[in-house]
Amino acid sequence: MSTAEAVTTQVRKQLVLTRVARYTPWILSGAAIVFALLWVLVLAQPCGDTGCTGTQTNFGSAVHDPQDFLATLLDGLTSAGVYFVVASGFTLIFGLMRVVNMAHGAFFLLGGYIALKLQRAFVGQDSAFGLLSSQVHFWQWLVPSLIAAVCIGILGLGMQQVFLRWNQGQELRQALITIAISIILADQMVAHFGAFAEDISWPGVLDRRLDLHVAGVHYTLTRLFILAVAVGIGLALWLWLKKTRTGMVIRAGVDDRQMVSALGVNIQLTFAIAFFVGSALAGFGGALGGSFASLGPGVDGNWLLYSLVVVIIGGMGSLGGAAVGALLLGLVSNFSSAYLPGNYTFYSIIFTFVLLAIVLAFRPLGLFGRPA
Amino acid sequence: MSLASNELRRAPGIAIGLGILISATLAPLIFNTYWISFILTQVLLLGVAAASLIFLSAYGGMVSLAQVALYGTAGFVLGNVVTTGNSKGLNLGWHPWLGVLLGIAIATAVGLIFGALASRSAGIYFLMITLTFAVIANLFFGQVTTFSGFGGISGVRTPGLIGEVDTHPNRLYYAALVVAVLVYAATKYLVRTPFGITLQGVRDDPVRMSSLGYNVPFHRMIAFGFAAFIASLGGVLFVWWNGHIDPASIDLSSTIDLLVICVIGGLYRLEGAWLGALVFVVINNYIRSVPGLGHIGLSEERFHTVIGVIFLVIILLSPGGLMGILGKGHELAGRLFPGRQVATSEAPAATSRRASGGPMP
Repeated sequence: MSTAEAVTTQVRKQLVLTRVARYTPWILSGAAIVFALLWVLVLAQPCGDTGCTGTQTNFGSAVHDPQDFLATLLDGLTSAGVYFVVASGFTLIFGLMRVVNMAHGAFFLLGGYIALKLQRAFVGQDSAFGLLSSQVHFWQWLVPSLIAAVCIGILGLGMQQVFLRWNQGQELRQALITIAISIILADQMVAHFGAFAEDISWPGVLDRRLDLHVAGVHYTLTRLFILAVAVGIGLALWLWLKKTRTGMVIRAGVDDRQMVSALGVNIQLTFAIAFFVGSALAGFGGALGGSFASLGPGVDGNWLLYSLVVVIIGGMGSLGGAAVGALLLGLVSNFSSAYLPGNYTFYSIIFTFVLLAIVLAFRPLGLFGRPA
Repeated sequence: MSLASNELRRAPGIAIGLGILISATLAPLIFNTYWISFILTQVLLLGVAAASLIFLSAYGGMVSLAQVALYGTAGFVLGNVVTTGNSKGLNLGWHPWLGVLLGIAIATAVGLIFGALASRSAGIYFLMITLTFAVIANLFFGQVTTFSGFGGISGVRTPGLIGEVDTHPNRLYYAALVVAVLVYAATKYLVRTPFGITLQGVRDDPVRMSSLGYNVPFHRMIAFGFAAFIASLGGVLFVWWNGHIDPASIDLSSTIDLLVICVIGGLYRLEGAWLGALVFVVINNYIRSVPGLGHIGLSEERFHTVIGVIFLVIILLSPGGLMGILGKGHELAGRLFPGRQVATSEAPAATSRRASGGPMP
């Protein structure tokens, strides 16, 4: 064999090696995803009556137990709805202004508390045990939630005007300022609303189960309502961004702030509008999330986490990305806690991390993210 | 500038450093046991953890919120390995030093994994990604009863060298002091090695460093691993000091507390870690003695409101924290008394630029 041939073979070998190295992560994560799908659809074995052993799961696979599968799917979709409402406000503010609003979780919680207190004032009872849904009319849920959204919108607008307007472009400093505000807000909320978990009551009209006539699933109407509200908000935001002049300016501002302002658009007004809407979404999300889960100290951190995960997965500043991110987070967290082996369901939090890791490994800017 | 004048310029700094070191060594003779065992030891160990964050932020341009999670990881591993008889956790009951080794090794490995995942982002993205790691680690230890569960791990034994912390508080104090000095020296040394200089190049202009052929994500990942190593030392000290670790010690509020310490001290000077920790711990302990605070509704339980306001004021006034203020005061003194030799801070001109969240594109 001549030297040239030897060199060629060696180069070829190296090429193969590089290729293997390059595709390994793809193959590994592909295999993991395929296995997860197979597991949920076909392989999972349900626990016996006496308890779970080995790899038996709480729910059987989709083929054997379509009822629980469908319920889990709906759970995933509906949690994704709340995640989307909260995260869309976060991503709107970030996309336009590059402001990471670390107080978003605190805004969520404060919005929830405002709605809670208003609801109790409207119904006329303020007991520590909460209200029965039969006592609550639909407007007694809706009006407090909307007022909470407006209040938080104004609060966010105030924060932006006082603390963030004069230091645009200093991203880290702005993030630190919002962290400081979230510390103060969180501590003051403990002082005023107490340290116990409370929840907002659903109106009696919604608080029942609906027969879906599919695989015998009776599903909570409130959760379907959340899903409908989230889809409605998503559509409204999409129409606003695509069809109106303000939306057009916002989209242009996401791409190039300086150019938009050089064209004579009052970008400060646009920023103010976006901050109001983004914060109001956090406040409304608080009312939704406070009815769906509960409100209490530490809840702000969890919802900040959900917003961050959603926008990191979806890509910052992208509304579609927030929707996809929320869906992935909702489905992965619900399916992992339902379909992990019954004795190990507490490991489900790992799957949120794995989801994040897989996305970051392939797309550091998120699925729909674009470089700034 | 000649070498001699360079030495002269640094002389005041060295003198101050030596002064602090000597007074820290003599502290057990001066202060009462409460101050040593509660305040100063806590300052030293929180300072070690804060130093890991400041190292990343000052020399790598990465503000990480995962340091408390990494410090907690080391603490939980140590707790699981050395204890027996807890209701939750592995209860392995191995030798205390083995626990320390394993804790540090595992936390550093976790740090390298986090670093690898976050290394392709910088600035504000880095902050968000590391924050999610922190919250996930907190939820993990809260939910996974195999390792901890909600109540955490109690009764962590210290090695014979440290002994019972309650009866010999000075031993742990000196251990923390030695670790703090070593961490400070090692970091200061590391940033002057070729790796450290490359890292600072990556901080200032990742695109240029990348086109010069340096592997930017790799340098960030290694820096993150080193910071995780420092944080894990802080975690080991914390568990020895506290005797107990639970998920609440690494929750969002603790994560933010460490950031507050670093910002108060100064995100761009390593010394700020211990300065910030001192201010934080002293405020935390003595807020009840401040007259007049009670009248405006700020009691001891509202510590976080007070610290939040201080934090806000510091970011609004001086992004470089107290060290930044000290540096500015020093410069001002130099301008007022031009005859004196003044040791300026390392890179005052770059501070404002770095304060804006990493290098500008």
